[in-house]
Amino acid sequence: MSTSPKNTPALLDVLDVSKAFGTVQVLRSVSLQVAKGEVVTVIGPSGSGKTTLLRCVNFLESYDSGSIRIDGKEVGFREAGTRQRRSERDLAAMRAETGMVFQSFNLFPHLTAAGNIMLGLTKVRGKSNAEARTIAEHWLGRVGLAHKADSLPAELSGGQQQRVGIARAVAMGPKILLLDEITSALDPELVGEVLEVVRSLAEDGMTMVMVTHEMAFARDASSRIIFMADGGVSAAGPPAEILAADTDNERLRTFLARFRASHF
Amino acid sequence: MGYALNFNLIWRHFDKLWGGLLLSLELAVISIAIGTVIGLVLAVWYVSAGRIVRTIIAAYVEFIRNVPLILLVYLVFYGLPTVVDIAYSAPTSFVVTLSLYSGAYLVEVFRSGLEAVPRGQLDAGKAIGLTPWQRLLNVRLPTMLRITLPALSNTFISLFKDTSVASVISVPELTYGAQWINFNTFRIVEVYLVVTAMYLVTGYILLFALRLVERRFRAAR
Repeated sequence: MSTSPKNTPALLDVLDVSKAFGTVQVLRSVSLQVAKGEVVTVIGPSGSGKTTLLRCVNFLESYDSGSIRIDGKEVGFREAGTRQRRSERDLAAMRAETGMVFQSFNLFPHLTAAGNIMLGLTKVRGKSNAEARTIAEHWLGRVGLAHKADSLPAELSGGQQQRVGIARAVAMGPKILLLDEITSALDPELVGEVLEVVRSLAEDGMTMVMVTHEMAFARDASSRIIFMADGGVSAAGPPAEILAADTDNERLRTFLARFRASHF
Repeated sequence: MGYALNFNLIWRHFDKLWGGLLLSLELAVISIAIGTVIGLVLAVWYVSAGRIVRTIIAAYVEFIRNVPLILLVYLVFYGLPTVVDIAYSAPTSFVVTLSLYSGAYLVEVFRSGLEAVPRGQLDAGKAIGLTPWQRLLNVRLPTMLRITLPALSNTFISLFKDTSVASVISVPELTYGAQWINFNTFRIVEVYLVVTAMYLVTGYILLFALRLVERRFRAAR
């Protein structure tokens, strides 16, 4: 099944990627193209490989076969179809081009909100402290936390921590942003403030791939939805088509029915 | 009434105790500093190394931890110079011994701390493009330090008390000073009362200082 919109060169090109953890096949020849400026949401039951797929895109996980390219450049392996892993230095440089936001925030606990954002800017991007501070303050302002620049993660609410997490990722100027169930660990009343930030990034044209269980948000914010089941892409298309209650796809219908039953 | 406490002779020789305490502290500080370097380097090496290196480091740690310190002191001071052609003073020999000894304990403290750093933080470090070195220095070590500080304080206090073992090779530290006064004045109760108080007060001051450091870092968690 083609998951690419017509006539636009793919910024992210996942081709035939497979991966097993021991005897468990977590990805089965997954292919996925994402064009610049697109927001693609990946949904599916737990254990369907959504998170693993995201983690392969910035090579936090390796994969067994297939190819993942960002802007035409192979991510984890050296060019020309070899299975030779890139050096750690190269990998670090490649990863700086993708931003990632985690389910459990993963802020650095010893650094302030601004410090969390500045670390990558100074160490990876080579900015001076003053430059990095300016950029950090700009992005903290964007996520509504200008007044929390000098707070430590432990002093922030979950929603605030996650907004710092988003600021930390986008401040690096990534080509693509990966969002891994970023609201799943939040109290329900804090979900909205985080999704609002994501929505405003989408309006700015940020390319995003997100794994989420927020179906209403997926419907409103994404250009396409990918439904994964058992490690493979089971259905893909525009939100209205995928989230329709009368889809022909048996597994998708079951997933959506269960989802509706448990969330309403 | 059998025995009347008389501290006069203790005060007359108090310079032996005071000088001894300063030497004890000096031995502890130097040995702990070297031991910390040994512990940090080996712990970082251990968590990223293959099986062979791990086995060698584990063997060092197990050897040191299962041999009494007093035996190690004898081995290094009397044993080593008979096998290899080296000569060193008793204090130097003791610093070598206590450094190796503290190194072994600190490897364990630092290793468990490094392994306790949440995976997610390391992933976050990778995701923003930090190299392995940068992740170690900017993410893993700072968090490890916060996790290990309480255990580190305990180890440091223990090691300070362990300097008393240096008395067996006549290093004139605090316990040796106490023995000297005892042999020369026979005021055994008095001298050991005073020395106990000196170890206690010094230990408390050290502990208080370390707790201050802990509190400062805990606030920054």
